[in-house]
Amino acid sequence: MSTAIETGLYVFLLATFVGFEVIRRVPPLFHTPLMSLTNAIAGISLVGSLVIAGSDHGVTSTVLGAIAVTASTINVVGGFLITDRMLKMFKPREARKPATAAKVAANGAGTSAVVASEGASR
Amino acid sequence: MNDYVIPLCYLAAGGLFIVGLKGITQPKTARRGLQAAELGMLFAIVGTLLHKEIIDFTWIIIAFVVGSVIGALMAVFVPMTAMPQRIALSHAFGALAAGLVGTAEYYNHQPEIGAFTMAAITLEVLLGFLTFTGSLMAFGKLHELLPGRPQVYPGQNYVNISVLLVAVGAGVWLVVDPAQTWLFPVIAVLAAAFGVMLIIPIGGADMPTVISLLNSYAGLSAVAMGFALDNKALIIAGALDGSAGFLLSVIMCRAMNRSFTNVLFGAFGQADTSAAAGGAVEERPVRSATTEEAAMLLETARSVIIVPGYGLAVAQAQHRIRELADVLTRNGAEVRFAIHPVAGRMPGHMNVLLAEADVPYDQILDMDEINADFAQTDIALVVGANDVTNPAARTDKNSPIYGMPILDVDAARTVMVVKRGMKAGFAGVENELYFQDKTLMIFGDAKKVAEGLVHDLEATVRA
Repeated sequence: MSTAIETGLYVFLLATFVGFEVIRRVPPLFHTPLMSLTNAIAGISLVGSLVIAGSDHGVTSTVLGAIAVTASTINVVGGFLITDRMLKMFKPREARKPATAAKVAANGAGTSAVVASEGASR
Repeated sequence: MNDYVIPLCYLAAGGLFIVGLKGITQPKTARRGLQAAELGMLFAIVGTLLHKEIIDFTWIIIAFVVGSVIGALMAVFVPMTAMPQRIALSHAFGALAAGLVGTAEYYNHQPEIGAFTMAAITLEVLLGFLTFTGSLMAFGKLHELLPGRPQVYPGQNYVNISVLLVAVGAGVWLVVDPAQTWLFPVIAVLAAAFGVMLIIPIGGADMPTVISLLNSYAGLSAVAMGFALDNKALIIAGALDGSAGFLLSVIMCRAMNRSFTNVLFGAFGQADTSAAAGGAVEERPVRSATTEEAAMLLETARSVIIVPGYGLAVAQAQHRIRELADVLTRNGAEVRFAIHPVAGRMPGHMNVLLAEADVPYDQILDMDEINADFAQTDIALVVGANDVTNPAARTDKNSPIYGMPILDVDAARTVMVVKRGMKAGFAGVENELYFQDKTLMIFGDAKKVAEGLVHDLEATVRA
């Protein structure tokens, strides 16, 4: 097995674990923005598309590349903009109830501390 | 010099993507996370443009401008209720890009392609085209261009699986012998056909799971592209996308107490709906109330939990419900919103709709956080939700929804249900909740009822 393939597999393995660990902590509150953000990030297929669109492999290749660049750019630009539009809508209540705010912030971590603070606040 | 700059750009991109996702785990850091991810993307694009393989920028610039305009227009004008459709479309775009890049890679380099690269390209094209057509189908169902009901015929699963197996078989052959160019279009067409066939039997209400699953596939096709091009940033981004989609679909399945195979091959709700639509169900007496009567009860309530469901989104009632919550709060009641994981048409959809209606996010709680509180609550107000409140999920072993985690609204002192009629929910089961003594049914369109409640409650409070 070549080194490039081996490193690639390691990167994939580790990135998947990191992905699981980080994304598990995203509260249900943000599941839609999460999906739209990962969509924008997956727009990185732009990287492959750009090389195909800009390299000299004949007309067909360039056309395929250009369509791919368009499709990925829609995801990158649209994905980031719409995630921002959504995140801007999420507002906390005026600092009236700090206990509740802290609880929502910690939500998803699933720690016993959360349960404790929940009990204390009511 | 570029030999250093390009890999470092990709490394920065991969790191920033992870930082970005970490940001979105908390409301306070969410937008900063988004900016980190944007910066990462910028690094990745700059790094790519430095490649010496790129010799002509004409098409790149044209495609980039066109894509940016379309993307920006969609981002600005898509209403929040249509978010699931937009996400489905963007899965389609991402997957299309992967499929096309794979196609170009193959034709540009065959027959001198190593077995591993060929396998990666095959996987990229398979996943890319099946996710492309599958996502378009999901878009059609969500946008109601296609019928939302599951379309089934005998032997469907066998046909679907055979198509997939033939496509995979052709892929294996191509890996063994990359010179068999005729196999390539066969794989692409079969994958595209499988994408369509996969979604046909899946009903509209299973869309939260399906969208998440397609998200995962789109991510994996990017990973395959990363292997084909030996690009680590692609592998990282694709793996993050893939694991996010996979996790979300697991959460959705768990919230419905169903397995993956059941969602994909089960055509849920099909038989039950026809059985339950019989009519005998509606004979049993329920207590119904007008908005005035309901308003009088709400006026005396000290704590209210509002349970919104998809019916609320359909009726576009989120703004009216928020007004109702405001009036109740001014009247001294503690008002909170309880969200079931599958409320809405995609994970977290209801939260976005409520946030758009200016409901503060700390007033919105998910099932696990709020379930214990129903017992100390005066009124649970259910708006456009059905199966997720059905106590049969806890008690009736024969019920198709037995075992599904539900919101314990029946523990509240009084339950009010805003509903258009007595029709059964998506699962086709009657809801025991409606026949309990403490339950008041308020029949009507969610938006009109909410308007009526706000009006009558204001009148009651003033009197």
